[in-house]
Amino acid sequence: MSTQIQRTEEPEIETEDEPEAETESAGDRRRREKVDRETALRKEAEERLDESDDDVVIKVFRYDPEVEGKQEPRFDDFRVPMEKGTSVLDALMFARDHYDSSLTFRHSCRQAICGSDAFFINGRQKLGCKTQLSELETPIRIEPLPHQEVVKDLVVEMEHFYEQMHSVEPYFQTNDLPTGELEEQRQSRENREKVKMSTRCIWCAACMSSCNIAAGDEKYLGPAAINKAYRFAMDEREGEEMKDHRMRVLEQEHGVWRCQTQFSCTVVCPKEIPLTEHIQEVKREAVKRNLKFW
Amino acid sequence: MYEHDVLVVGAGGAGLRAAIAAHEEGADVAMVTKLHPVRSHTGAAEGGINAALRDGDDWELHAYDTMKGSDYLGDAPAIETLATDSPEEVVQLEHWGMPFSREEDGRMSQRPFGGLSFPRTTYAGAETGHHLLHTLYEQVVKRGITVYDEWYVSRLAVTDHDRPEDRVCHGLVAIDIKSGEIEGFRARNGVVLATGGPGQVYDHTTNAVSCTGDGPAMAYRAGAPMEDMEFIQFHPTTLPSTGVLISEGVRGEGGVLYNALGERFMFERGYANNDGELASRDVVSRAELTEVNEGRGVNDEYVHLDMRHLGAERIVDRLENILHLAADFEGVDGLEEPMPVKPGQHYAMGGTETDEHGETCISGLYAVGECACASVHGANRLGGNALPELIVFGRRAGQHAAGRDLGEAKIGTGQVGEYEVGEVDTPVTPGEIGTPEDVVADGGESARTDGAGALVEAGPVLENAVETERERVAHLMGRDEGVQQAEIREMLQKSMTRNVNVFRNEEGLKQALRDIRTARELYRDVYVDDPSRTFNTDLIQTIEMRNLIDTAEAITLGALAREEFRGAHWRQEFQERDDENWLKHTLLSWNDGTPEVWYRPVHLEGREKTYEPKIRSY
Ligand SMILES: Cc1cc2nc3c(=O)[nH]c(=O)nc-3n(C[C@H](O)[C@H](O)[C@H](O)COP(=O)(O)OP(=O)(O)OC[C@H]3O[C@@H](n4cnc5c(N)ncnc54)[C@H](O)[C@@H]3O)c2cc1C
Ligand code: SF4
Ligand code: FES
Repeated sequence: MSTQIQRTEEPEIETEDEPEAETESAGDRRRREKVDRETALRKEAEERLDESDDDVVIKVFRYDPEVEGKQEPRFDDFRVPMEKGTSVLDALMFARDHYDSSLTFRHSCRQAICGSDAFFINGRQKLGCKTQLSELETPIRIEPLPHQEVVKDLVVEMEHFYEQMHSVEPYFQTNDLPTGELEEQRQSRENREKVKMSTRCIWCAACMSSCNIAAGDEKYLGPAAINKAYRFAMDEREGEEMKDHRMRVLEQEHGVWRCQTQFSCTVVCPKEIPLTEHIQEVKREAVKRNLKFW
Repeated sequence: MYEHDVLVVGAGGAGLRAAIAAHEEGADVAMVTKLHPVRSHTGAAEGGINAALRDGDDWELHAYDTMKGSDYLGDAPAIETLATDSPEEVVQLEHWGMPFSREEDGRMSQRPFGGLSFPRTTYAGAETGHHLLHTLYEQVVKRGITVYDEWYVSRLAVTDHDRPEDRVCHGLVAIDIKSGEIEGFRARNGVVLATGGPGQVYDHTTNAVSCTGDGPAMAYRAGAPMEDMEFIQFHPTTLPSTGVLISEGVRGEGGVLYNALGERFMFERGYANNDGELASRDVVSRAELTEVNEGRGVNDEYVHLDMRHLGAERIVDRLENILHLAADFEGVDGLEEPMPVKPGQHYAMGGTETDEHGETCISGLYAVGECACASVHGANRLGGNALPELIVFGRRAGQHAAGRDLGEAKIGTGQVGEYEVGEVDTPVTPGEIGTPEDVVADGGESARTDGAGALVEAGPVLENAVETERERVAHLMGRDEGVQQAEIREMLQKSMTRNVNVFRNEEGLKQALRDIRTARELYRDVYVDDPSRTFNTDLIQTIEMRNLIDTAEAITLGALAREEFRGAHWRQEFQERDDENWLKHTLLSWNDGTPEVWYRPVHLEGREKTYEPKIRSY
């Protein structure tokens, strides 16, 4: 396990009293300015470490199928500053920007809405941007989501997750649209309230990665896709006929009945969607509907 | 090589809407996007989407508010299009299942927003953008539209005629982020840029890390001018430590701003005696910073936004997401304490110059959404007006690119018709320095078909562009020492935040230009340390860096040139709006790397009336 420190060698320090040569070429000037700036930047990074309440070491999973020396998975340690509010994502960005630019992870919004930075942090699926360093016990270990193929470092293959999401017809379907110009298809407040939580999914795949059943059964729809189907099945605007269709999708062989109510999806979901409850509700609804035929 | 009728670059609200429209027109359309669609920044929008839907409101009022909000720098044909088309588009979203908040009667809820004379901001909790993005993506899935996700578009394939107005866009070059492969994409009909905002030019921004202004920068280097770049919106309520946005919906619902003395300064200090907290964003941002600068800020840094008096029930019903954001990203419980807020970079009113169909001066090249300037926002965007822009102009551009006749555009593009050449007194010639891209771009010369003629055939144009990109990437990856992009980015962001912020002056702007020049020089030595072709984010960020530099330069040059105070653009030396000299758009053309400034008058004539500039007070 290696400790990463600044990559560049100590630069030669330019002294103040060295008069700027009139004949300095543009290239020389650029190089000199670059050294100055690097020195300043490094000093700043060090000061930041000094100033911060504390600094901590994060242990980050590393793997690259292409680069020699990185094909064997390993953990790298990075020392990062920790202030009030520093998130795991901030720490990773600091490490990437200051120590090792090859450190790879997905991220974008920094505000828990794009769903791209779900990692396995100290043994649990969490969004990097929403997780404060100060909440975590040291040593802090950051790994890619389990049960998914690793592309590189913390980046995992998402195709399977997307396929499962797409398999439940994740789009509104109704035969009941009003015809008048600018006429809205009304929805009761209660009904919107009912589907509200289910509409918050950000496709982060944390739930899928936490689910033992999904890990063992490739075809299992998984909590996110079921929740997506629930979102439409319970939306009164789609109508009864469509609901039957939705229920058939949910009840398929690798659908809701595979769920063993382990609650891990509900525990990890960063949007606090009551996934297990939604799955159970679908099961109850299914039983109710099937009873009708008996 | 891949080939489609229409290629849409970017899959946020604007790109998705354009793709759906082109598909409905019967075109074979594909989206190329550096993030999976649901990761796009549109998902972060909170407050809502404006549309005149109810009795007592109508499109003319919406258009009037927008014109006034723009400080009369919006183009009437674009603004009227926005106002007339948005009701239909919002209802369309509703018919696609978007879970809007609902009134007792089951219709969509609307709320008041700053600068609006009617509460026409239609919303879905405080997470309108998330629902809009997902609803549109669902429709793309439903239609089976091809999406190349995690493909980074790095260059447009445009013919090399001398005048940009004669050029044609035949496609683009993109890098498959996962494999590192560089491929050409041919567009038989057109390319629609929908790449979003350039917030990463600043270090305190509400924008995602992916908002790097790629589209306008690429289009600019291909010949399509950037318009009104100096107008950057700073949102008055962002969390101090991260820049995460606290929606204007909080003030819309009745949230109040206090300074450290507990004064409701918007009224008590006379910043906006009528509208107070609901004055438009530029007014509130300046007020907050003035409070801080005059020593009445909390901890010398921010002010307080208080919503406690609204009551837990109403807050949870309409602003629940805000409670989560304040707690998760600032450690504040909005039900118990006021939230700390300060202005942060939020939105770019400027972008690639287009007409009201989204078309640029280059045939077959379109731009929509935040990366474009149609221009509906002029000098200042009203809250809730960006989302309707995405869908209204997204649809139009998609249709037009797919071949539908939308009639003749009233807004002109490129250096034709009425325009005026400008001059700016800059301390340095900021753009003249070559970069690796330019160095290898010269390789294109040899690929010309004949000595005098331009490269015009789609095939060779695309091949040439792909070759240039392969060389550029090889060049960046080939070095093993130099400067890294993170270093340049930090320097640039800091300088922009210090010098080209809410308050601006000549000295600061010139300093920013010097820093931008330094960034350019450094960029000549830039290198990618990660040798891998797999998911090389170091490489992608390095290419993005180049776009940030060009964007920063456009913003700063525009700000230096515009010697007046209008909308979001405040100049210390010029404290008056100067309609006589400045009722015109700033345009910047690439001109072989040396930015050329020119102007075009604003279109104030609408369909039925001409909008007379009035004093903008709230
Ligand atoms: C926090 C926040 C809150 C907001 N709230 C509101 C609101 O309440 N109401 C309102 O009207 N407006 C709001 N806005 C403004 C509005 O949300 C944005 O202007 C709008 O969403 C931008 O959408 P877009 O489709 O243009 O771009 P984006 O949604 O940013 O999408 C850009 C797309 O382009 C892709 N892309 C970029 N570069 C490349 C490249 N080189 N190659 C390939 N793909 C690329 C990205 O992957 C992405 O898919 C808000 C903005 C923010 C930041
Ligand atoms: S349900 Fe929750 S955990 Fe699962 S993908 Fe959606 S947001 Fe992530
Ligand atoms: S960065 Fe978008 S969810 Fe964390």
